[in-house]
Amino acid sequence: MSEKNIPAKKRIKDLTLLEKVYVPEIFKGLALTLKTMLRPKFTMEYPEEKFIPPASYRGRPILVMEKNGEERCVACGLCARVCPPLAIEVQASETENEKERYPVRFEINMLRCIFCGFCEEVCPEEAIIMSMDYELAFTNREDAIYGKDKLLVPVNQSSDKIGFLRSYR
Amino acid sequence: MPKIKIDGKEIEFKQGQTIIEAAKDHGIEIAHFCWHPKLSVSGNCRMCLVEVEKMPKLVIACATTAADGMVVRTQSDKSLAARNAVMEFFLINHPLDCPICDEAGECKLQDYTYKHSVGESRFVEEKVKKGKRIQIGPYVMFDADRCIMCSRCIRFCDEIAKDPELTFTKRGDRVFLTTYPGEKLDNLYSMNVVDICPVGALTNSDFRFKSRVWEMSLTNSVCTGCARGCNIELWVRNNEVLRLVPKYNEDVNSYWMCDHGRVNTFKFVNAKDRVDGPHIRVEGNLVRVGWDEAYAEAASRLKGFSKDEIAVLGSAFATVEDNYAAAKFAKSVLGTGNLDFVKHVDPAFGDDILRKNDITPNSFGAELAGVKPSKNGNDFNGIIKGIKEGKIKALYILEDDIIAANTELESVFAKLDLLIAHATNFNKTTVLADIVFPASTYAEKNGTFVNFSGRVQRIRPAVATLDVDRALEGMSMSRWDKFGTKFDRWAQGKHFDARASWKILVGLASALGQKMKYGMAEEVFLDLAANIEAFNGLDYDTLGEFGVQLNNLNSKPSDKN
Repeated sequence: MSEKNIPAKKRIKDLTLLEKVYVPEIFKGLALTLKTMLRPKFTMEYPEEKFIPPASYRGRPILVMEKNGEERCVACGLCARVCPPLAIEVQASETENEKERYPVRFEINMLRCIFCGFCEEVCPEEAIIMSMDYELAFTNREDAIYGKDKLLVPVNQSSDKIGFLRSYR
Repeated sequence: MPKIKIDGKEIEFKQGQTIIEAAKDHGIEIAHFCWHPKLSVSGNCRMCLVEVEKMPKLVIACATTAADGMVVRTQSDKSLAARNAVMEFFLINHPLDCPICDEAGECKLQDYTYKHSVGESRFVEEKVKKGKRIQIGPYVMFDADRCIMCSRCIRFCDEIAKDPELTFTKRGDRVFLTTYPGEKLDNLYSMNVVDICPVGALTNSDFRFKSRVWEMSLTNSVCTGCARGCNIELWVRNNEVLRLVPKYNEDVNSYWMCDHGRVNTFKFVNAKDRVDGPHIRVEGNLVRVGWDEAYAEAASRLKGFSKDEIAVLGSAFATVEDNYAAAKFAKSVLGTGNLDFVKHVDPAFGDDILRKNDITPNSFGAELAGVKPSKNGNDFNGIIKGIKEGKIKALYILEDDIIAANTELESVFAKLDLLIAHATNFNKTTVLADIVFPASTYAEKNGTFVNFSGRVQRIRPAVATLDVDRALEGMSMSRWDKFGTKFDRWAQGKHFDARASWKILVGLASALGQKMKYGMAEEVFLDLAANIEAFNGLDYDTLGEFGVQLNNLNSKPSDKN
């Protein structure tokens, strides 16, 4: 915006008579308040009422848990590599499953996480996704490190997100 | 000298060299899978196809002898198209399971796919499946799906390890790498096939899935498995050594190292039995104490003996610096001539490839550093005899578990009034020791080793201790080392309270009221270079990456094997 568009601040000497009288201006202001009161509300009574984000939303990262209770993740470590704030730590190990590799430890430090979604983007297995969950609160550093127990979420709870990811692939 | 022109650049070559060798000598890389500078030419991967003027078809650079005046084009449309086509063929049956493959990050196929392939496959049919997780030898895991049939591993076993164990069976897209009937890939050098495998078909089962390669830092060092002193890289993550890989040095080990060195010489660095902080024996048990307390205790107890009652044993496992400091400590601080070190020779260990019968990394260096008895002093046998007769009452041992090597000495050492040991790990010698100083391992300090042939080579710290800080010492750092804080679980690798042996001796000398003015390992080395003829004129910079062969040697190593 150029400087011309900014209205010059009115000095007292520039005010019209009506403005100087002051009372009509009060009624103008009250009228605006009244108008706004009658408009529909767009605030929410959180936490009684919850915001349901759209599928593209980037909430906390989660690991997809397959129906058999195991993680999809093969611990390739690409999310840890791409993570700009180094929030993710993955330690791989061997399983007897067909996919030989699994994460024996998978930790996301939610104090480091910046919700950029790079991990979701880089994941070759669609195993880590940004969920709809935005309710994150902890009272100490240790609680902020989410292990597999908190990260693993059954696949059927994330169908919206996975559908979104597939439609934009 | 004859000349060829590669991509417009005129280069000289030696008669008989192939195009790929001539190019390599002048820093031009021609893409290749099956060719290896130390193996015979197989020419089966077809990746190095280049265009040569006046030749009707493309030729493989690895098997075409360079001729004077040849004009080679590696970047012409024809050769680019050929490489792309070869890559497309390779990727047809390759499983593309990079996320679970240990080779990812250091994989030739992966690199070349980015460099030489358009990255799209037209193949929609089923890939050939040949099997995964085949334990082909004690340390090597084979994944047949990933194999691109380059035959490097077969040629390695035939030509370098001299123990033919591997072969191909079947034909076409069903070619299958396997061991001969009844054989296993268990030669003493088997794990080198992991390094030369251009894909993740052969992987190190000792290192399997422990870490991604890009998460680790690597430090050049020297293997401590035997007197050969193979050049190695120490790969470290979270202050823990995870694997050793040989590093090219034509004068010592070429591209190779033996399995013993690779598997058995680093695990003690992060073992549970590491000596963490100085220990003093109180009522029969070793108790951890502070450094000042340990120095004071050792000094006051050493003062209780006359010069001839004390003996010092250097170590063929310790660096030249440590041994030089020990010799100086014995001669000028303690004033004793009872000084020697123990050689560890295993006649069954050596072979005529790399392994040497002397299973210590620095016995020649200890000898050169002056760890030998003075005129009136006793050598090792004399010291043992002296202890038996009660003439020698105090023994100071540098990093060497002498009792484990010779259990008969246990009863002899029990007669000692004072046994002080530097040790990296608790062992059979520390069981008898009155004072144990925690010594840094070879992975935690600067120093030099002299190998069997008299080559001085540097070791460098790769693992941080309380004494050696990763950032301050300029050690190699991974991204995790650089940005980790004390709140990150992935940055909390154990830091042991250990010091290099020469540094412990400096501290103890000071507690005894004598000054050994060394602040860092290089100062010890410079002092030694000034005083010992064989090392004259050397410093850490001149040793450089590949070490220096000592020339003016008065003594030759006794164990020639």
